Amino acid sequence: MAEVASKPASFQEVILRLQDYWGRQGCAILQPYDMEVGAGTFHPATTLRALGRKPWAAAYVQPSRRPTDGRYGENPNRLQHYYQYQVIIKPSPPDLQELYLGSLAAIGIDARLHDIRFVEDDWESPTLGAWGLGWEVWCDGMEVSQFTYFQQVGGHDCHPVSGELTYGLERLAMYVLGIDHVMAMPFNDPEAPIALTYGDVFRQAEEEYSRYNFDVADTEMLLRHFEDAEAECRRILAEPEIDPRTGKRIVMAHPAYDQCIKASHIFNLLDARGVISVTERQAYIGRVRALAKACADAFVTTEAAGAAAGGAPSAPEAA
Amino acid sequence: MPDLLIELFSEEIPARMQARAAGDLERLMVSGLREAGLVCRGARAFATPRRLALAVEGLPKESPARREERKGPRVDAPEQALEGFLRSTGLTRDQLEAREDKKGNKVWFAVIERPGRPAAEIVAEVLGEVIRSFPWPKSMRWGSGSLRWVRPLHAILAILHDEAGAQVVPFEIEGIRAGDSTRGHRFMAPEPFSVTSFDDYVAKLKRAKVILDPVERADIILQEAESAAFAQGLELVHDKGLLAEVAGLVEWPVVLMGAIGEEFLGLPPEVLQTSMREHQKFFSVRNPKTGRIERFVTVANIEAADGGATILAGNAKVLAARLSDARFFWENDLRRVREEGMVGMAEGLKAVTFHARLGSQWDRVQRIRRLAREIAPVVGAKPDLADEAAEICKADLVSEMVYEFPELQGIMGRYYAKSAGHDDGVPEACEEHYKPLGASDDVPSAPVSIAVALADKIDTLTGFWAIGEKPTGSKDPFALRRAALGVIRIVLENGLRLRLQELFAHGYPGADAGDLLAFFHDRLKVHLREQGIRHDIIDACLAMPGNDDLTLVVKRAQALADMLATEDGENLLQGFRRANNILTQAEERDGVEYSFGADPKFAEHPAEKALFSALDEAEEKIAPAMEREDFEAAMQAMAALRGPIDAFFEAVQVNTDNEIVRRNRLNLLSRIRTLCLSVADLRRIEG
Repeated sequence: MAEVASKPASFQEVILRLQDYWGRQGCAILQPYDMEVGAGTFHPATTLRALGRKPWAAAYVQPSRRPTDGRYGENPNRLQHYYQYQVIIKPSPPDLQELYLGSLAAIGIDARLHDIRFVEDDWESPTLGAWGLGWEVWCDGMEVSQFTYFQQVGGHDCHPVSGELTYGLERLAMYVLGIDHVMAMPFNDPEAPIALTYGDVFRQAEEEYSRYNFDVADTEMLLRHFEDAEAECRRILAEPEIDPRTGKRIVMAHPAYDQCIKASHIFNLLDARGVISVTERQAYIGRVRALAKACADAFVTTEAAGAAAGGAPSAPEAA
Repeated sequence: MPDLLIELFSEEIPARMQARAAGDLERLMVSGLREAGLVCRGARAFATPRRLALAVEGLPKESPARREERKGPRVDAPEQALEGFLRSTGLTRDQLEAREDKKGNKVWFAVIERPGRPAAEIVAEVLGEVIRSFPWPKSMRWGSGSLRWVRPLHAILAILHDEAGAQVVPFEIEGIRAGDSTRGHRFMAPEPFSVTSFDDYVAKLKRAKVILDPVERADIILQEAESAAFAQGLELVHDKGLLAEVAGLVEWPVVLMGAIGEEFLGLPPEVLQTSMREHQKFFSVRNPKTGRIERFVTVANIEAADGGATILAGNAKVLAARLSDARFFWENDLRRVREEGMVGMAEGLKAVTFHARLGSQWDRVQRIRRLAREIAPVVGAKPDLADEAAEICKADLVSEMVYEFPELQGIMGRYYAKSAGHDDGVPEACEEHYKPLGASDDVPSAPVSIAVALADKIDTLTGFWAIGEKPTGSKDPFALRRAALGVIRIVLENGLRLRLQELFAHGYPGADAGDLLAFFHDRLKVHLREQGIRHDIIDACLAMPGNDDLTLVVKRAQALADMLATEDGENLLQGFRRANNILTQAEERDGVEYSFGADPKFAEHPAEKALFSALDEAEEKIAPAMEREDFEAAMQAMAALRGPIDAFFEAVQVNTDNEIVRRNRLNLLSRIRTLCLSVADLRRIEG
């Protein structure tokens, strides 16, 4: 079993240890995607790279936004802006569970002292047209991670299968550090000359965004922006594959996917504003999913997905 | 006779799938082996979170040799036919025998000797087939492979063993080669070890902190949890479903009991129990003196060095966070009810869609109120109380607690209604109007609850009927079968006398009442079949007037079933059939209906006269019995006709040459038919 590291002292140390650990396991340590997303899965490093047959290994922190979870910074656990740590490895290695447990040891969780359990939890993202099987990982009754083997993304079967790990960083760090209220959690070293708590960094922003998300965001404008993003995504994908300027085949899967991400976040905002009825909800989700599928269809014809030149989608590896 | 041991070692198998999977492994392996000629003495299968194991006892060392004869083409058949036969049998011409068949033709016969095959070879084949086609409810691929399993499959142990020793079954699938070793507990004994027999396997697993048998794990959990509770003067709240699930989450159960913070003990016990069970898979521990839930039991999968102190502290902390949420919801809801009342809270239902075409929950509540008022007098409830209950029965759907724990709907309604000052059965109706929730759930018996429960279900059924969303085949997304069965059980178990058609008329407008009644009749048949009443007996009663009065239908059916179970009843049925057949044929042939009163003066034979007087007597009894719905008496009187009818057919030929006598006899048969049909439609009885 992996050597258990000492207890980290701050939120950022938990992140740094994870970065260091997964870097040592051979993952490319990427940076957050520069757009508003609801979860780390939306990062193209996961959504798009889970497609096709090219091997892939990446880890990154992803700031994530869930406008409906805003609590004005008062709730001990709930935030509208929080961090996920995301690991994706394709094909999923046979020892992924052990690697994962190693990451817990790296942040000071001793598996011989704690009760670590893999509890069935199948993952599905209706907006991404994606699903997988796996578990939520429990540590002493607390969910500390999601562990998923992707089966389908953007409507495409995953061949090979990616293994995906998602850590809810605030919750995990609070547990490791023994903190009861997220805002009280040391963000940097509590011994530092200017010691900052999570609250010092984020409380005010949580309050501001909560007000904005629930009551102020201009729904008329957002509805318009949703339509715009949807139209732009479609328009990008409808462009001819051959770029007239360079004469090269350039399928614009990533720019199109940005618009899909945008539409998804706008939908979340509209949802928080309470202007989407139950029936409309399904329709909106379906529209975002259609975009995600179209982007996936485009991506699998590209080189990054392992497609042959000329854009034939990569064939699944021989059985 | 060797024994076979198989273990399929994988990443964590969902708890809810383990028992089925163990059963499937046993069934599929045993039947596969049997088909290949290996009949075993017995087999047992087990599951833990990380393994499926199968122990097969007493397998033959090899399958029996088989001799098979196949008839081929005639000796004088064209060459191609013979070649085809040789190909299909894998023999050469000189291995064939020419024999005469039954018709005396010379025909080629192939005698194929199939030698016995070693058990190991067969096991490998069958195991491969079973793994590839395993009926997991959901399965997945992993890595670059194409094999499907519930979660990644890592290792296979497969040995045939007897006194002489163990032999590994030569088997490989997707790069996994079968061996004789396995691993123990993920954290406490991760090193591999090899085993030589099933007993050795079980014993070594136990040493490696794995209890193979889920029943044993459940027993340990139950016993330790009970004694931990008992030691504190408390009692465990039993929960079979949770016990089975928790036993499927651990390989080495370690029971730990912890206290619930004092500040949460004021929450309703249902809230504590639901929160602990749903979120954390904790058992509840009750103080028998106060009825309060004061402690929790969690089951860890590890013997921790600190005796579980860290684990317990962690769990208690997570619980406190969860219960803080619950208490927050509870207090907010109570405050809201105090300020707005239940009726005010119910206003929130305007924003909750029930169904796009059936309006909001609030619209629905208004319909339920009207229905409940109509139903109230019939079930002995005050219409005002039924209305009051109906108005607030769904209010808790907009409470924070029910938003978090949908399974507490109704229960929270009861608490909140009580706190808002409602009384006289109204709070109880908030909870009980959802009942019965399943086949084993009680039906409400308090009048106000009954009125609202029926109104709720009739509104649902007439509503979905009106918009054409009836259940089809296995699809019943709105649980309409359950709603209809709920109505049936509430009516029957309370002995309610009401006409469904009248209720439908007060339900959602536009429903095809006849079609909906037919749906009820189908559900009634299913329900009564489970109670042992045949469907044709029910059909015979459903064909009678008043068939939307379910209590009446069942009373009649019960009496008819009882009567048909007697010898007289069975014979009467035969007599009725004979009379009905003769009559129907005559009516068809003659093109008339013989319903004109038969006249005793044309009766020639004493048996004929006796039947006349027996019918007079039966009619006198049956009509008033039916009037007072005394089906038993009516059936008895009907069954008493058996003797006279039998004697009549014994002595008399109905179709005689004397046309007057014949017509009179047919009219007499018609009296039998009319009389019997006034009790139940015996034409529908089968057999």
